[in-house]
Order: sequence, then C-alpha cells, then structure tokens
Amino acid sequence: MNMLSPPRHRLVVIGNGMAGMRTVSELLARAPQRYDITVFGAEPHPNYDRIALSSVLAGEKSLDDIVINARDWYAENGIRLIAGDPVAAIDRTQRTVTSVAGQVVGYDRLLIATGSRPLVPPLPGLTLPGVCTFRDIADVNQMIAASETHRRAVVIGGGLLGLEAAWGLKRRGMSVAVVHLMPTLMERQLDETAGQMLQRDLDARGIAFFTNGQTEEILGTTQAAGVRLADGREVPADLVVVAIGIRPNIDLARAAGLEVNRGIVVGDDMACGADPEIYAVGECIEHRGQVFGLVAPIWEQAKVCAARLAGDTAASYATPPLSTRLKITGVDVFSAGALSAAAEEDEEVVLQDRKRGTYRKLVLREDRLVGAVMYGDVADGAWYFRLLREGTDIAAIRARLIMGEALAGTTADPVAALAALPEEAEICGCNGVCKGRIVAAIKSQGLASLDAVRAHTKASASCGSCTPQVERLLAMTAGVAAATGPKPMCKCTAHGHDHVRRAIVAEALKTIPQAMRALDWTTTDGCASCRPALNYYLLCAWPGEYVDDAQSRFVNERMHANIQKDGTYSVVPRMWGGMTNPRELRAIADVADKYQVREVKVTGGQRIDLFGVKREDLPAVWRDLNAAGMVSGHAYGKALRTVKTCVGSEWCRFGTQDSTGMGVALERMTWGSWHPHKVKLAVSGCPRNCAEATIKDFGVVAVDSGWELSVGGNGGIHVRATDFLCKVATEAEVLEYCGAFLQLYREEAHYLERTAPWVARQGIAYIRQRVVEDAAGRAALHARFLHAQSFSQTDPWAEQATNAAYKTLAPVE
Amino acid sequence: MAETMTWTAVARLADIPRLGSRVVATPDGDVALFRAADDHVFALEDRCPHKGGPLSQGIVHGHSVTCPLHNWVIDLASGAAQAPDIGCAKRLPVRLEGERVLLGTPL
Ligand SMILES: Cc1cc2nc3c(=O)[nH]c(=O)nc-3n(C[C@H](O)[C@H](O)[C@H](O)COP(=O)(O)OP(=O)(O)OC[C@H]3O[C@@H](n4cnc5c(N)ncnc54)[C@H](O)[C@@H]3O)c2cc1C
Ligand code: SF4
Ligand code: FES
Repeated sequence: MNMLSPPRHRLVVIGNGMAGMRTVSELLARAPQRYDITVFGAEPHPNYDRIALSSVLAGEKSLDDIVINARDWYAENGIRLIAGDPVAAIDRTQRTVTSVAGQVVGYDRLLIATGSRPLVPPLPGLTLPGVCTFRDIADVNQMIAASETHRRAVVIGGGLLGLEAAWGLKRRGMSVAVVHLMPTLMERQLDETAGQMLQRDLDARGIAFFTNGQTEEILGTTQAAGVRLADGREVPADLVVVAIGIRPNIDLARAAGLEVNRGIVVGDDMACGADPEIYAVGECIEHRGQVFGLVAPIWEQAKVCAARLAGDTAASYATPPLSTRLKITGVDVFSAGALSAAAEEDEEVVLQDRKRGTYRKLVLREDRLVGAVMYGDVADGAWYFRLLREGTDIAAIRARLIMGEALAGTTADPVAALAALPEEAEICGCNGVCKGRIVAAIKSQGLASLDAVRAHTKASASCGSCTPQVERLLAMTAGVAAATGPKPMCKCTAHGHDHVRRAIVAEALKTIPQAMRALDWTTTDGCASCRPALNYYLLCAWPGEYVDDAQSRFVNERMHANIQKDGTYSVVPRMWGGMTNPRELRAIADVADKYQVREVKVTGGQRIDLFGVKREDLPAVWRDLNAAGMVSGHAYGKALRTVKTCVGSEWCRFGTQDSTGMGVALERMTWGSWHPHKVKLAVSGCPRNCAEATIKDFGVVAVDSGWELSVGGNGGIHVRATDFLCKVATEAEVLEYCGAFLQLYREEAHYLERTAPWVARQGIAYIRQRVVEDAAGRAALHARFLHAQSFSQTDPWAEQATNAAYKTLAPVE
Repeated sequence: MAETMTWTAVARLADIPRLGSRVVATPDGDVALFRAADDHVFALEDRCPHKGGPLSQGIVHGHSVTCPLHNWVIDLASGAAQAPDIGCAKRLPVRLEGERVLLGTPL
C-alpha cells in the first residue's frame, strides 16, 4: 500500500450471517479500500444461506451447496474472519469488542448483525436430549442424525419454519406430527381457506396435525418421548422440534446500553440512535416499531447500511412490501400484503377450484391491490406482487385481474412481459437480484446454463420459485441457440452428445485427443465428465480398433470392482442366469476367509457380493475366483450387469418355458458389453413374472406360444415399467431382438442415460420401427452387436490380475 | 528448501500412467503420485478433504483430479478443492530427477 494513503478505518461486524455479510459485500462493491474488516461469527462456519437449510433438511441440497461466501472470499477481500468465537461484550467508551475467548478488537465503526434466536416457551422437559430448534447448521445436523436413528418426530409450530421442518423430517423417513396453537396453519401469511387447503395437502402426504394444540409439557425422563397438550392429548415422539417463532438477539446491544425494545432500535440510516458509530441490520433490529423475519427487507437494509458506511449520507431505509412462499416441493403457497379486507373500503375477490385444489384471493383498496393469497397455482404471484409493490392502478383490468397475468395483463405472453420489465425489476426475491444484473452477467460472462447463472448471480439459487423467469431471461439473452439447442456435454465443450457421437463416426475420429481437437474442446484433456463419455463413444464406434483408455474410466471400471465409501472395494463374480453350484460357493467362501472379506451379501441381481476388499488384494482375489471358473460380474460398470431369471418350467408348476435356460443364453451373448449406462435383463417363465422382467432394461416373459419382449423399464428412484416391444416365437428370435435393441441403445443413447429415459425420449414407436418392423436393420444391428462382443468378451479379471497399478509402491533407495 | 529436505526415490516416472496415478505407502500414510499429460508430477496425501476418498483413484485432467467418491475437484498443485467446495488435501514436496520420482520429507 502507498505510504501516503490515509490509514484505513476499522470496521468490526458481529454476526457472520445473511444480513452482516450482505452488508459487507455491498460495502466492498462500493468502497473496497475504506475499511479493515473483522467479522465475528458465533457459528464455526463461513457465511451460508440460512434459507436453504430447509432444502438441506429435505435432502435436496448438501451443506456444501449452501455456502454463500467460502473462506477464500474472506481472505481475498482482506477480511479477518473469527468464526466459532462469539463476541461477549461491547465497550462503547474504549470502542472495543471482546470475544468469549478473550480476543479484544478495536473499532471505528461497529455493525451488529446478530440475527435472532428461536423463541422457546418455558416448557418442562425442554432440556432433554432429543429436543431441538430449527435455526442453524447444528440444528439441521441434529435433526438429520435423529432421523437416521429414530422414527417419530413432533414439530411444535405450524408456521413457515415448522412446516418446512416437518416436511424435511418426513422426507427423511420419519413419521411426523405438527402441533399448532391456532386453528389453521400459517395464519400470519394465509387466510383460513388457504390454511385449510395446505393442511389437507400435507395431511395427504402423511403429516399428522394437532391444531388448537397448546403444548404443556415435553414428556420423557432421559430422552424426549413426546409432548402433552393442555387438553390432555399426548403425541409420542423421539425428536421434538420447537419452531414457534423467533426473537431478535439483542442481549449484546442491551448490555452495551444501546436502545432496545423488541429489537435494537435503529433509524432510517440503520444507525443506533445514541451512538452514530454503531449500526445494526437484519433480524436483530427494530425499525419504526417493526421487526423482521424474511430476507427481502434485510437486503434493503444491507444496501442502505453499506451506503452509509461508505460515506453516503443520503441513503435511507424504508421497509418494502413483503411476500412469502413456502419451500415444500410440490406445495405452492404465495402471500403478500393484507390477508383479508380490513377496512371499510377494502374488497375481496376470490377464485377457487376445489377439484384442481387451487385458490386465490385478492384484497383491493380503491383500485389498488393491497393483498394476495394464493394456493395451488402461484405462477401469477410475482405479477400480483409487482402490482402491489408499485401501487399500480388496476381499474382498467379489474374485471379480469383474478384470472392472472395471461388473461388480464397488458401483455399476455410471459416472454413479452419479461422483456417489458425495467432493468431494476426484482426477479429473485430471496437474493435480491434484479433483471439488469442477471442479463449483464449472462452477457459479460457468456453464461449458458441455469446453474451458471445461479453460481454467478445467486438468482434462483435459494428458494427456486423464480426459476422459470431466470430460464426465460437466459433464453432471451443468450439467444435461441443456447435455450433450445442441445445441452453441451460438459463445460469443456459447446457440443451436445448427439453432435459429438455423429462427428466421431462421420469424421472418423479415433482417439480422445483427436476428438477433442476436432470438436474444439476448451480444455486440454477434458474433465471427469467428458472423458469417460468420449472413451465410451469411441469404444462403441470403433470396436476392435479403439484402445480403451484406462485413465478415462471411472475408478470402478478402471479397477474392475466397486469402490465403497471407505475406499475399499466390493467384488461380484458372475453367476450365469443366477445359477451357481457347490464348487463356486466353496471358492467364494474360501476367498471370503482368505482375504478377510468384511461382509458377504446376496444382491438383488441374484449373485453374491464380497464387501471390504483392499485394493492391493484385488488381483489375488480374482486369481482365486478365476481358478474356480468364475469371471467378473461387471457389477461395477456401465455395462451388462445381470440376467435375472425365475426357475421356470424346469421346476415351477406354472412355468411355460425354460426361463432359466433362456436367461443363461442371453447372459452368454451379452456379458462383457459396454453401454452408456448399466443394463439389466430378466426372464420370467410365465406372466406371474417372478423375475420382475417389467422393470428391467430388456425384459422377457414367457407365454404358452412364445416370448413377450419389453424394454426401457427401471426399478430405481423413478420406477418405470417397460414398454411392450413385441412377441416372438423362438429362443433364437429373443436373442436377435435383444442384441439389436442393445446395439441401438449403445449407438444412440447419451452417455449415462439409462434405457428408461432414452426409450421415453425416443418414443417406443421409434424403437419398434428400428428393432421390430425393419427386419434388415434388426439383423444388421444384431450383427454389429456380435462383432463388438467378439472383442469385449475377455474376462477383465484374468487380464488385470497382473496389472501393477493395483499395487502400492514402497519407497526405494 | 532443498537443504532442509531428505529426498527419497519412490518410483520411476514410467510407473505412473499419464493422466493417472500411483500410491506410495509411507510411514505417515498413503501418498498419491499424479502425472499430468504434460508429465508434471504432483504428490498429495491420498485423502480427499471432503470425506477422505482415495484421490489416487480419481480421474486426472489438466492439473486437477476429480475425487471418485463425490466428484470434488482438487487442484494438484495446491491441494485445494475447487469452488464452491472448501477444503485442502495435504501437499507433499515431490521432484523429478531424470526418470526418478523423489518425495521430500522435511528434516
Ligand atoms: C430454516 C429457515 C428457513 C428460512 N426460510 C426463509 C425463506 O424462505 N425466505 C426468507 O425470506 N427468509 C427465510 N428465513 C429467514 C432468514 O434466514 C433470516 O431472515 C435471515 O437469515 C436473517 O439474517 P440475519 O443476518 O439477521 O441473521 P442470521 O442469518 O441468523 O445471522 C446472524 C448470525 O450472527 C451470529 N451471532 C449471534 N450472536 C453473535 C455474537 N455474539 N457473536 C458473533 N456472532 C453472533 C449467529 O450465529 C448468526 O450466524 C428462514 C430461516 C430459517 C432458519
Ligand atoms: S414367473 Fe411363472 S414360471 Fe417363473 S417362477 Fe414365477 S410363476 Fe413360476
Ligand atoms: S470424499 Fe472426495 S468428494 Fe467426497
């Protein structure tokens, strides 16, 4: 730094939360050099998005996803972060703060942003283990841990926070009850009708409600066991979450003699009246008698406070109108302004469709919208909120106002409406991002995906309700190509999967570097997502010619075993059609003993999985299994996994055909084949379908007159039954149709696309046309499949047993 | 630096595949040696800063490796996780002497 530059002022911030760090970011944007900044945070974490804790609890985001400013950010901006050591006292005469651990830091300006604390009623049993609140990362971790070991939860409080807690715990598999003091839910944001609709929907999702319920006691002696209500009802639970509200955290300010009421009293300049060096923002403050619990006004406070700290003496704060949404996936609630007609001149307009479960109520005062409550369909929420905020005269559209923007608005088309918005129109309420900033970021940084916009602007990164608008802005700004064109394979290239696959064949690209050069890759050797894809595409395009690149294989395929979370591997030998014999079982048992395999498990694919094998032992394990005649089950690969069979006509009284024999034949033909994703087959001996063939990639069900074939099923997260392909008469036909179908999938699907989404994307009609109707095409596909198989049916275990890569090196002198 | 280190030969360059890695057992635990496409060699403790995944088993690209467990991207030169993730794998001094790869231990 220049010796002549003035000494910097010292700014100390108490509270490393949303309000404090937003103020610091705004300040850095305005006057980066003005202050030496020290931030104290009670929590041992960098600054994170508190709003998103609900999504973390519901398992939709990880804690890593919700960090707003990582530790690097503090370092890069020269900010000293003292996390995990709260401030214990403020000395206004000495102008210092002292932390719990005894650190003393002097200030010229002090910013108090201590947020709020959960409101906790003085109930007996509050201190029992198993009781928690919902405010910070520690609370969420406690709830997640409880959901893993316990079954029942009760949430006290049916407001926004309580319901999001209840939903998150429900999503984590607990059975959940909500105790609420009032007759309807979220009564501060919703009118009675909407509150009841909400309760009905959540009830249908399995959350139990105790309304008009005053909690009197938390039951239990060594651990929370439930709650008792004033009317005698008891609700058993192993986890009790108290979420009845918040209370501004004013203890420090009060002890320092600052003026406090419900919150720390601040003026329009965000300063604490008595002491102009001290500012306060966020949930800890009280401004003109109002306290806060949502981020939108807090962003405004941060802006004003930063301006003041930067020396702008004109900046002044006024609370904007507020709107609320509930972050429960699939439950859409919106509310803003007045909930119902309060004054003489107020009028309500209501539209309700019971069957569709939608409801909206508008509160009007003298041709202005002063309130809106919506349930079920909230797409127009942003529009109503804009009319309300801007005080638009709605006389001209009043008759159609309740129908929403498309029918009543001046512009019916959402794209045109978005285009008509001024630059400063707010798009993302959670993070206070306006249209101008999103558009500018898309243009200047060349952003081409929603995730990129989220990463750069935070728009749509918290509650996600503005996602459609952000996507539209992306489409409008980045051009039609980016919006409607195929998604790029990854950030190393602008090309989509189909283009890359076609180019590899058309331009005879034969190696990964060659393909990357020809297709203008922006990185020298790709990334962990495009390299495995290219490796597969090349392998599929040039069988027998392309040399598989081990370094472009995901670890499981490189090591020919499944990596487990502790870094050991699991090994699964192939069992043809689920058949085994005493000799194989003996060999497996010997391997399990010899290499101290920690767990032996029968898999859903009718084979045996050996867990906990050390990397160095893998080659020896295979050698022993090979010696007993077993080969790799490819349980680790984007490859043919299993062919599940039932016992069929051989033993079963219902069996119509030899399903086991058919399964073994299919597995003999298809084993060793690589695919865009894993592939599972099954054969059932009759329509009772004991082998679950209708949730497999290729399913075969025997009937009296032959075999029914169906494709594109999946039993994972999104269960999908197969689409019927056709019926064939002979075993040879089953083999031919199967080979042709798999080859079509191998040649045309995107890497990491299972057959289920691929068949859904292409439509079964297309698959039938290629595999059933076009006989010559089918024969050609099948022939190409067999040709590729002639190179891939070598047991990787036998090949790899001597590979040195498995061995750990030892230092050599 | 050099005078305060003891250097131990742990591998030949050819032992490590390009865009790949090998593991060296040391008294302080496993160390992953990485070799980039440009033959730069790096050494990191074989533990991902996220949940301890074996970085040696990840895919190497540029001067980075992607952890096989949850896809964190770790910078090979600094050991730091790529934003938005936060964390750092321990870096070890390593250098090439002709074909020999030497690992440094502070004296
Ligand atoms: C689960 C959940 C969901 C939410 N959802 C929404 C939503 O959908 N929409 C919305 O608008 N709002 C939502 N909110 C509210 C929103 O998160 C808060 O309004 C916002 O975080 C307030 O910011 P703040 O900085 O005032 O307080 P905080 O973010 O709580 O920050 C205060 C920080 O100060 C620290 N601190 C306190 N005392 C000390 C001390 N003595 N020394 C050092 N540090 C101290 C605290 O540990 C805390 O980290 C939600 C809140 C929760 C808990
Ligand atoms: S699918 Fe039919 S033949 Fe096979 S086991 Fe079940 S009932 Fe028997
Ligand atoms: S352990 Fe490496 S990413 Fe999770």
